Amino acid sequence: MTEMVYGAGLAHVNDPVLPRWWRTIDRWTLICIFLLVAIGLLLGFAASPPLATRNGLEPFHYVLRQGFFAGLAMVVMIITSMMSPLLVRRLAVVGFVCAFAALAMLPVFGTDFGKGAVRWYSLGFAAVQPSEFLKPLFIVAAAWFMAASYEIGGPPGRLYSFLLAVLIVVLLAFQPDFGQAALVLFSWSVMYFVAGAPMFLLLGLGGLVVLAGGLAYQNSEHFARRIDGFLNPEIDPTTQLGYATNAIREGGFFGVGLGEGQVKWSLPDAHTDFIIAVAAEEYGLVCVLAIILLYTVVVVRSILRLMRERDPFVRLAGTGLACGFGVQAMINMGVAVRLLPAKGMTLPFVSYGGSSLIAGGIALGMLLAFTRSRPQGEIADAFGMGRGRP
Amino acid sequence: MIRTPLRPLARIIKARQTGANPDAIEAENKRERHAQMADRARRRAEGRLLVLGVCFLLAYGVIGIRMGTIAASVPEEPRTADVGNPIISQRADILDRDGRILATNFETHSLYAQPPQMVDPRAAADGLAAIFPEMDAEELFADFTGGRKFLWLRRQISPEQMQAVFDIGDPGLLFGPREMRLYPNGRVAAHVLGGAGYGREGVNSAEVIGVAGVERAFDDYLRDPANDGAPLQLSLDLTVQAAVERVLEGGMSLLNARAASAVLMDVHTGEVISMASLPDFDPNSRPRPLLEGDPADSPIFNRAVQGVYELGSVFKIFTVAQAIENGLVSADTIIDTTTPMRWGPHRISDYRNYGPELSVTDVVVKSSNTGTARIALQIGADAQQDFLARLGLMEPTRIELAEAPTGRPLVQKNWSDIVTMTTSYGHGLSSSPLHLAAAYATIVNGGTRVEPTILRRNSAQIGPRIISPETSAIAREMLRQVVVRGTATFAEVEGYAVGGKTGTADKPKPTGGYYEDRNLNTFAAVFPADQPRYVLITTLDSPVDTAGEEPRRTAGWTAVPVAGEIIRRVAPLLGLRPQIAQPALTGVSLTAN
Repeated sequence: MTEMVYGAGLAHVNDPVLPRWWRTIDRWTLICIFLLVAIGLLLGFAASPPLATRNGLEPFHYVLRQGFFAGLAMVVMIITSMMSPLLVRRLAVVGFVCAFAALAMLPVFGTDFGKGAVRWYSLGFAAVQPSEFLKPLFIVAAAWFMAASYEIGGPPGRLYSFLLAVLIVVLLAFQPDFGQAALVLFSWSVMYFVAGAPMFLLLGLGGLVVLAGGLAYQNSEHFARRIDGFLNPEIDPTTQLGYATNAIREGGFFGVGLGEGQVKWSLPDAHTDFIIAVAAEEYGLVCVLAIILLYTVVVVRSILRLMRERDPFVRLAGTGLACGFGVQAMINMGVAVRLLPAKGMTLPFVSYGGSSLIAGGIALGMLLAFTRSRPQGEIADAFGMGRGRP
Repeated sequence: MIRTPLRPLARIIKARQTGANPDAIEAENKRERHAQMADRARRRAEGRLLVLGVCFLLAYGVIGIRMGTIAASVPEEPRTADVGNPIISQRADILDRDGRILATNFETHSLYAQPPQMVDPRAAADGLAAIFPEMDAEELFADFTGGRKFLWLRRQISPEQMQAVFDIGDPGLLFGPREMRLYPNGRVAAHVLGGAGYGREGVNSAEVIGVAGVERAFDDYLRDPANDGAPLQLSLDLTVQAAVERVLEGGMSLLNARAASAVLMDVHTGEVISMASLPDFDPNSRPRPLLEGDPADSPIFNRAVQGVYELGSVFKIFTVAQAIENGLVSADTIIDTTTPMRWGPHRISDYRNYGPELSVTDVVVKSSNTGTARIALQIGADAQQDFLARLGLMEPTRIELAEAPTGRPLVQKNWSDIVTMTTSYGHGLSSSPLHLAAAYATIVNGGTRVEPTILRRNSAQIGPRIISPETSAIAREMLRQVVVRGTATFAEVEGYAVGGKTGTADKPKPTGGYYEDRNLNTFAAVFPADQPRYVLITTLDSPVDTAGEEPRRTAGWTAVPVAGEIIRRVAPLLGLRPQIAQPALTGVSLTAN
């Protein structure tokens, strides 16, 4: 009776959170990420016991740690992916400020663990590398700035984001951590490219990079040696690259078999930078191609979904995150097969490392949040109402 | 861009003319413009994203193809890749002061096979499997008879194994030379030597580079072909070093200490005759640095050089020597030692109450904090800082070890009166045992500054004068009195007139404040006190002597007996003759007739 008089009670406009999340999330990407993490754990069983024995720990110490952090990263990723883009942006900007402060304070409170570069905070049970967290958060903050410049009378966001990127690159270069600095710069450039960078500027930038490389080659012996080593057609079999090439060769198509690999005993970075060599040796080309395919699916699917996106912020942030993730994997694998000069970089989600796993979880969680299906106003377009849509 | 705004403006003008509100129209125009801009940006972004996607697809594809081609290729015989940058593997030896070998090179070989050149693969496979139990004869035979032209068998083999492989006599089994750094004395002098590792590696040779200690500090010298293999001679004495380490290790385990260190230095030349830090390691297989936690917990941490600690009462002699040098007191001046002494909110007290006043000599002999603090107040903060800096206690030592710059003393930034007072008895300024050894050498050698060195020298260092020879003699006499009737009576070694000063410093907690039951015990010894030749700094980390009824943690019960034993053992090795007092001629009367 009441309903008849006063109309129906308030119905839930939105359906429950989890079903909506499951319906709108990019399930293929999600599955690919789970598979990558699983492969990472599997390879950890092969790659990390030598390191654990060298450090006097029980053989599977690092696998257990990796498992713990992987679980944590997946939880973080799923929670992040449930947030709305607006909430993601707000949290990420706050997080960015914190991470930036942490990065700036590194020279005062950080430790170098005797490796010559001050990149970590020591928390006793684990070490935190703020630059890992800063990277995805910076991408979101920069996308926010750039998107703001789409507004009429908006701030010159692209310039601001560029200045921010330069500041971060300088801070990273002082650590020194040129790998992360290059990734930050690359992510920013990709976003700027998608945000509509003028063509001549892009060409000029490319020229500048070539020029800088030439100068570095002339002036830095360390850099020159790496490039010479890369350009030289002969592979010295006792260098890291030589070991990696040998491992891929030994592995053949189906691998030498579980636990039979040798490369993990010779390569000091077998569990991080050269994990792909361990994969190639023990599980063969099949496993490596599967890993490459998984990365391809994650990156290409995300980019395809972002092409439909109409919100400039979501589009830019998603592009930066997907490309940053993709290019890191690309550089890591490219080094192992000598397509690129040697540069230490981890393979996201597969290499060992707590900070990089959790930061990867945050980054991919945000990417998943951005690539969720949302009404994009196609219907309004179809009805010719696209123009003037608020 | 010029044409579009004109038309909206026309609409606004029309609206004005008809008296309608133009704001709504203006807002609509703006929204229109915004939507157009967004659409343009979106179309451009769509295209560029497509380009990006294709780029990634191509790049991943290339990597995949490349992986495939490498996986499908057949291993070739590796050739050296060091074009124009040959590897120099000749590394000079390191000797002790008498020419005994501390580090040398050892030739080992790597083993590889060229199956096409093999005469009898079956015999080669069986022979190898007999020499290397972990190799499987069938697998080797399969490898040798397959299509492979080259394969590595072992990266490093011993001379015995090499001879055995050689005896198989197959021309398809080949060796590549590989130099290896060898420390024949094992753990002795591990921290001084440091260690070496492989740098660039090639098939025919591998570069050996120093990673720590003198190996690192003199890496360029040791590798320089221009020196023609001339060895590097250190100031260490191998026999003394071995004895010091042995005694120190025994003392450490008897007294349940966590760690220990010792530095033995020539007071005139500054040569370090022995330097030990426990726990230690074998430089032949140097452990990796700790990835997490405190680096000082690692055995590779050199406590004598890198470890900076508040060393406690051993600093008292510096305060007293400066006061005497400045004419403020003499050895017999009576000093007020009422305890506790209050200074603002702070309280300084002695280990036990020594009565209301003591002479300056007794302040040192009994180790009175309050007496030293009062003397320090007379000296003043600036003069004290200046004196400690001239003794070299404010900056890293310049000893020729790679770790030396990390042994940077910790100095209070704000040097107030209370800091002056605590520093006078060794709290508030952290320095390494090596710093202390150099400063003691400076005080006792007649008063000229000594810089520690690890290289052999033939003549005394004549550094700038810090205190006068007279003051130095008074200080030596005080140090001698500490052993004769003070806190260090266990260090009395007959015939060597040992002098010294104890220091029992509470260890600071990492969280602030000090531990009640953890001390850093130091004994700074000089012998012989009348004609000083050597100083010996012995430190024990958190020792406890449980032999008595209650646990004893002071230096007098821990570091001092260990130092005494070290001196008893090494003084003869150093060539010092004991001065034996002429026994009185009892029972013989010298009367004529």
